[in-house]
Amino acid sequence: MNTASEIGASPSSRAAAKKQLSDRFKTYKHVWVFIEQERGQVHSVSWELMGVGRKLADKLKVDLAAVVIGQEGEASQAAATESFCYGADLVYMVADDLLKDYRNESYIKALTKLVNSYKPEILLLGATTLGRDLAGSVATTLRTGLTADCTELDVDADGSLAATRPTFGGSLLCTIYTLNYRPQMATVRPRVMPVPERCARPIGRIITLPLGLVEDDIVTKVLSFLPDRDSARSNLAYADVVVAGGLGLGSSENFRLVRRLADVLGAEFGCSRPLVQKGWVTSDRQIGQTGKTIRPKLYIAAGISGAIQHRVGVDGADLIVAINTERNAPIFEFSHLGIVEDAIRLLPILTEAFRARLSPHSRDRIAG
Amino acid sequence: MHLLVCIKQVPDSGQIRVHPVTNTIMRQGVPTIINPYDLFALEAALELRDQFGGEVTVLTMGPPSAEDSLRKALTFGADRAVLLTDRFFAGADTLATTYALATAIRRISSEFGAPDIVFTGKQTIDGDTAQVGPGIAKRLGLFQLTYVGKISALDLHARTIDVERRSEGGVQLLRTRLPCLVTMLEATNQIRRGAMADALRAARATILKWSAQQAGVDDISQCGLRGSPTVVKRVFAPAARNEKATMIEPDEQPAEALINAIFRCRPALEIELAALARGY
Ligand SMILES: Cc1cc2nc3c(=O)[nH]c(=O)nc-3n(C[C@H](O)[C@H](O)[C@H](O)COP(=O)(O)OP(=O)(O)OC[C@H]3O[C@@H](n4cnc5c(N)ncnc54)[C@H](O)[C@@H]3O)c2cc1C
Repeated sequence: MNTASEIGASPSSRAAAKKQLSDRFKTYKHVWVFIEQERGQVHSVSWELMGVGRKLADKLKVDLAAVVIGQEGEASQAAATESFCYGADLVYMVADDLLKDYRNESYIKALTKLVNSYKPEILLLGATTLGRDLAGSVATTLRTGLTADCTELDVDADGSLAATRPTFGGSLLCTIYTLNYRPQMATVRPRVMPVPERCARPIGRIITLPLGLVEDDIVTKVLSFLPDRDSARSNLAYADVVVAGGLGLGSSENFRLVRRLADVLGAEFGCSRPLVQKGWVTSDRQIGQTGKTIRPKLYIAAGISGAIQHRVGVDGADLIVAINTERNAPIFEFSHLGIVEDAIRLLPILTEAFRARLSPHSRDRIAG
Repeated sequence: MHLLVCIKQVPDSGQIRVHPVTNTIMRQGVPTIINPYDLFALEAALELRDQFGGEVTVLTMGPPSAEDSLRKALTFGADRAVLLTDRFFAGADTLATTYALATAIRRISSEFGAPDIVFTGKQTIDGDTAQVGPGIAKRLGLFQLTYVGKISALDLHARTIDVERRSEGGVQLLRTRLPCLVTMLEATNQIRRGAMADALRAARATILKWSAQQAGVDDISQCGLRGSPTVVKRVFAPAARNEKATMIEPDEQPAEALINAIFRCRPALEIELAALARGY
């Protein structure tokens, strides 16, 4: 990704930034979305990408294809079927038992082979550990441009992909083009785009390609896999309600107040980055640019200033409520509701008030 | 054993301010630091050297002032530092960056022996792409291990390495062959303070400074802005939200006031929360 240096790019370099697509790239058509599977499970970022992929394909008046790479059998078939339900016109598939676990060597082979055979104009992947590992290798192999961690994707008047992403630690956004190379590649973080509506669709055309590798061709071996125990890791990115705390809480002791409110609301808890750095909270709970992106219906931030790096992780929340002692805290610039209060004092009474309000007794009252 | 660590000097982005009128970055006085993830990579390399012997080379591409970061790496205990600096490199995106770095690594290999492991941080804090590591690996034909939390075994006879790699749903235990490229996760190890002897040595050390030509670049059109397939068209500040927060004026019962305001904004939430709530 270009950063500092281009921002003051000289006029001559800007002149070079014109679309001069060579003939060999003119045959590149269609929008592709890589469907990420891990151990037979499709990562929901793939469906989020199908939503934006559909929009791009419609604008370009081309097909939207899903790319399924994985183990031969039911899971990959199911991933293909689901792709149709999320708007795919067709599916490209490489299914082979060697693709059971993600390994860079075999996955690059499968994806570059598909790209070179069927020539997509745009290729989207999730900015997950798998997607970023794969995208960087494939873009280098194909010698094309790749824009990481986009927050917005569009096509402009001449049909180029306009990929917008945060830069300078989130303080600015920039729009990046890959004018003269194909495919135009981009990754998008989970939860940045909404999941499109799923509709039942009959299965469509699936084009398969053999992997053409045997186990001995792949040097890297997976010795074992230790899944995160469900209880130990958070479901933060997909939670409907999130309560988070920041440095304003003053101590790791006080962070319990956040957890307690989260408990009463059946919510996930999160935090700002300094709390992870101080070791008060584990890193899978961090919200923001270098943490998780969330899209809850309700987000309550207690003692969080609202730095831009935090904001980019919560902008998709439906209702942002901020508790901060400082009337001028930046978080009040983008929250919907705010209260100037000491979180350490307010959180316990808020927890009790919610508990009372949401108790079965009062639920009868709502229902009645 | 030869271990090579790619580092980047980055602005301490927590201290960057955007000019309110022109939307440009105000860089004056913004301090630079070594990209934090690269320090984890450096620490991992130093630990392996302490255990198995050998040398650690640090490499960076950047303006002449990036020398500061290399000297810092030497104070932590790196043995050799190489600065790749040339105006031809300016404006490089990740693809052009990996071309330059891979070229320099080839020159380092021919001069000081090929690295057994090339390290990078999992990503930088200014570009955030996590693409440079995979790009270098691809260009040099190295086996690639990204998001590594721990190197669990190294067998120099069999030339194999075992690592714990973070994935979305767990940790993969991978084994691959040397030479390989490893990108390191955060918080895997305590970063050492340099020893006094290293600080003295670093102050006097010569840093190798290579231009594109000296590094062995054979195709200048693959460097810098010219070699970058991506083009930045527009830089702008995130849109401000139209309205500021509705402020709840704290009264006798701030909690009730807040809850009422929440449910007034989103009536449906009350039913949903009642269903979710465990508080009874
Ligand atoms: C490259 C980079 C990436 C980053 N990524 C992230 C990221 O992903 N996520 C993230 O969160 N940050 C990130 N940061 C850090 C970010 O810039 C801020 O430093 C951080 O978000 C601040 O955390 P905070 O709001 O908890 O603390 P502070 O900025 O210290 O704010 C504390 C707030 O609490 C208020 N307060 C104090 N006492 C009380 C009280 N008793 N009750 C209520 N309010 C009180 C204060 O008024 C203040 O607003 C990143 C920074 C960099 C440079």
